[in-house]
This record gives sequence, structure tokens and C-alpha cells, in this order.
Amino acid sequence: MSTQSTIYLDYASTTPVDPRVASKMMEFLTPEGEFGNPASRSHRFGWKADEAVEQARSHVANLVNCDPREIVWTSGATEADNLAIKGVARFYKSKGNHIITSKIEHKAVLDPCRQLEREGFEVTYLDPDDGGVISPEAVKSAMKDSTILVSIMHINNELGTLNNLTEIGEIVREKGAFFHVDAAQSTGKTEIDLTKMPVDLMSFSAHKTYGPKGIGALYVRRKPRVRLEALIHGGGHERGMRSGTLATHQIVGMGEAFRIAKIEMEKDLAKVNAFHKRFLEKVEEIDHIYINGDLNNKVPNILNVSFNFVEGESLIMGLKDIAVSSGSACTSASLEPSYVLRALGRKDELAHSSIRFSFGRFTSDEDVDNTLKILGNVVHRLRELSPLWEMHLDGIDLDTVEWNTH
Amino acid sequence: MAYSKKVVEKFENTLNNPEAFKVGRFDPKETNVGTGMVGAPACGDVMKLQIKCEPKGNTHIIKDVKFKTYGCGSAIASASELVDMLIGKTLEEAKAIKNVEIVEALELPPIKIHCSVLAEDSIRQAIEDYESKQ
Repeated sequence: MSTQSTIYLDYASTTPVDPRVASKMMEFLTPEGEFGNPASRSHRFGWKADEAVEQARSHVANLVNCDPREIVWTSGATEADNLAIKGVARFYKSKGNHIITSKIEHKAVLDPCRQLEREGFEVTYLDPDDGGVISPEAVKSAMKDSTILVSIMHINNELGTLNNLTEIGEIVREKGAFFHVDAAQSTGKTEIDLTKMPVDLMSFSAHKTYGPKGIGALYVRRKPRVRLEALIHGGGHERGMRSGTLATHQIVGMGEAFRIAKIEMEKDLAKVNAFHKRFLEKVEEIDHIYINGDLNNKVPNILNVSFNFVEGESLIMGLKDIAVSSGSACTSASLEPSYVLRALGRKDELAHSSIRFSFGRFTSDEDVDNTLKILGNVVHRLRELSPLWEMHLDGIDLDTVEWNTH
Repeated sequence: MAYSKKVVEKFENTLNNPEAFKVGRFDPKETNVGTGMVGAPACGDVMKLQIKCEPKGNTHIIKDVKFKTYGCGSAIASASELVDMLIGKTLEEAKAIKNVEIVEALELPPIKIHCSVLAEDSIRQAIEDYESKQ
């Protein structure tokens, strides 16, 4: 397979399924396995499948320290975000119509908010600080009497920056609104303790934590109780919050992935910490680079770097044996550079020049060293090709140039 | 997005062998040099194209070309493709080059057509600059 020689440094996009997880999932598919419908109450096929689903629910709850009854299975973090945001807004619309979120949220939060605007809700989109963090003060000053929901992500997917959920949650709670957190990037990367965090709803994804794609969960607090209007009706599964036959093998996969994440988090973190340190040290030897996101307030598995005077997509093309993501416009269908980097106040050209490196459980020292070697070389060559680099060397301030746009 | 094989090849060849693919610069003050620069860093692409010409009969012909490009892989490949078309052409012939020729040569997808438009603009501007010096 051609992908075998490629170094994978895009773990924030998705992770491979841990082989231990895959073999567990295989037990719930074939005639020899436990293939039953967990909702079948009349025979052992159903009972066995139901048992497996409930055990997986406990594993998920155990990782984030909540009651298993507070976990609702969804098709992924996108559905969990949709269910939380639209579900709360529509259920509590008689209490108020104002929602607060941030400009650096994932589209799975921003797009449901846009939809709610079309339904008559008012949404405030907070700016991050220049380190990519949402300040609790910003949340506080945006709160109104009509605010019913605040949705702020835990870890930003492009930058790896961490928001202070405790401080934000306390502000939200004091005002009597609900607090939703998109934690798709968090599980296995940082500690989550929902008995201590003042969070009402939290979205999780399996495939960012060595589980399968197509499964996620929403944490819905019981005390104080949060109520939701369902998005999907039919059968009343998951206490009416999410109908549809439970995908036993997917759920078992998420449970096993989260069980392993709990046991191995310390080991995984030590590993990515070492990669981050080594990567940062070496990448800082390249001139005119910028680290995006506050280094003192981020997780080590994500590192976002802008290479000035080089366009991100050409850099990705030059790094052909390395799988990474870019904030460059050219990698998106919209031709707009990363809205996250723009929200940080980065100039467009630096947003165009950004690359996200993300490390994980199966990254090796060799992967990191080879990437660094290739990276330095390709940045150098692309700068030799760049008229902006030439102008920079000639002492021209690019901000003073009148560009001939077309 | 997957690139056409032609874009990848052109991009990689240019990156790995810049001199052979005419990456570089002429002194823009020389009277036999015309310079065109189009695009903007904020838009994600800037192309700089220089032609060195000499008179022949009642026209001028392009003897040599240098270029630099900041932009995505297709932008770099488009500029490099244009450069291949220019040497030996009269200014009239060079002016007649259309972006679709680059689109076809590199099999650019619709979302990358602007790269070829930028290349067409750059040669027009370089010729204008050259003619203004004569």
C-alpha cells in the first residue's frame, strides 16, 4: 500500500483504531459473535449486546468521571454538538433566546449556531485572545438575562489551546444558563473530571482517541438536570434523546478505546510531550516561523506553525511523504484561510502559511526526526522559489507593497 | 484534494531542480528585461515573471525567462508551465497565450483555474513593462 511509507502526523484529524479496540469490535458482528440488537428484551442475543453497550457506557463515564446514565450515544461529536446546542436551545426557548459561543469553535458548533440564528435565536461569537484562548472575562461580559446556553470548546482542534472550563462554567452557572463543551480533542489528552467541572453537556468522539469513526457520545448532566429536544425520533432509544438501533460494535469500540485511554493516558502523554519538545526545539531553528497558540496553555499533541513567506499547501505538497494539515485556503473548498488563525489576529499570509503537526500513540522518534529533516529542506527550497522571501531579503517591508490583485 | 499527476510532476521538478526550471531573477533595471508581478500574499499567491528580450526584425523575441512564485502547488506548476511556453516566442505570440492552454496542459481542476489566470496576467504585465522601456 502506498500509504505505508508516509509518516502520519495528523492525529488531531483522526487516529487509527488501536488493534486491541478493533479485535474487541470484531466480537460483536458475525454469527459467532454477539450480534444481537441491544434493544431486544426477549432473548439472550439482545441481553448480551445490551450488557456490552452498558459496559462500554461505563468505560466512557469512567474516563470523564460521570454517571454512566449521563452518557448518550450519538454518531459522533458532530451529532453530539448538534444535539446539545439545538436540543437545549429549542427546549428552553421560552426562557431566553441568547447563545454565546466563540469564533474558534469547530464547524460542528458554529453551523448549528448559524441554524439557530435562522430560527430566531441571537448568537454572540466571542473572539479569542492572541494566544487562541477564550477568556472567562469575555464570557462574563457577554452574558445577558436572555442567555440560555454557552458553548465553548475544551481543546481547540487547530491550535491545541486549552480553555479554562472551571472558570467559564462558574460564570455560566451563576447566571443560570447551561454550559456545553465540545471535548472531541480532549479524551486521553488531558484530565476530565465532570464531578468537579461545572459543565452541563460535553461532546465526545471515538475516532480521535483510537476508537472507530461513526460513534460519539454526549454527556447530559442529571443533577442539575438538563433537558433536550431530540433531533432524531423513532423508537425512543437513549431515553428518547437519540432514537435508532444502537451500533453495538461501534459502541464497544468507543468503550474499549476510552478504557485504554484511561489506563494509558500517562504513558501517551509522556510520549507526545517528548515529541513536542524535540519538534519545537528543531523547528525554532528555522528563521521566520511563528508558533500559533499559547505554548503555556496547550496540549502537547498538537503543534501549529506558520512558515512565513511559504504557502501552506505548497509546503504540504513538498512534504509529500508526511501527512499533516494546513490552514491554507487551498486545502479548503472555500478558498478562505483558516478562520481560527484569522480570529487570533494573524495576518492572512501567516494563516495561509500554517501547518498543523499532531502526534499520537503510534508516532515514533524516527517519524519526528525524519519529518524535521525533510521540513527544513522543503521550507528552504520553497523560499528560494518565493518572490516574498526575495523581497524580504532585499529589505522590502511587505506590508508597504501595493499588491496587484486580480 | 487530489492533484493531477501533471501538476505534481511539474511542481516537484521545479522544486528539486530550480535552475533548470528557470527559477531566479534578472536585474529589473536592465532595459532588455520586463518584470511582471501579480497576486497578493493575503490571497495566498504571488507570481513574479521576468522576460529578457532582444529585437528581431520589427518585433522582439523572448530569449530567456526567470520566475518566482509564492502559492499553492498548482500556482507554482502553472507559472513553471507558462515559462516553458515563452522562450523563443515573439512578444505578439506571448501576448496571445491564454490561460486555458495552462489549464489543459496541467489538467487543472475548476477550483485551481485562478492559478492559470494569474500566470496569464503575469506575462501580460511583464511585456507591458518591457515595452514601456523601449
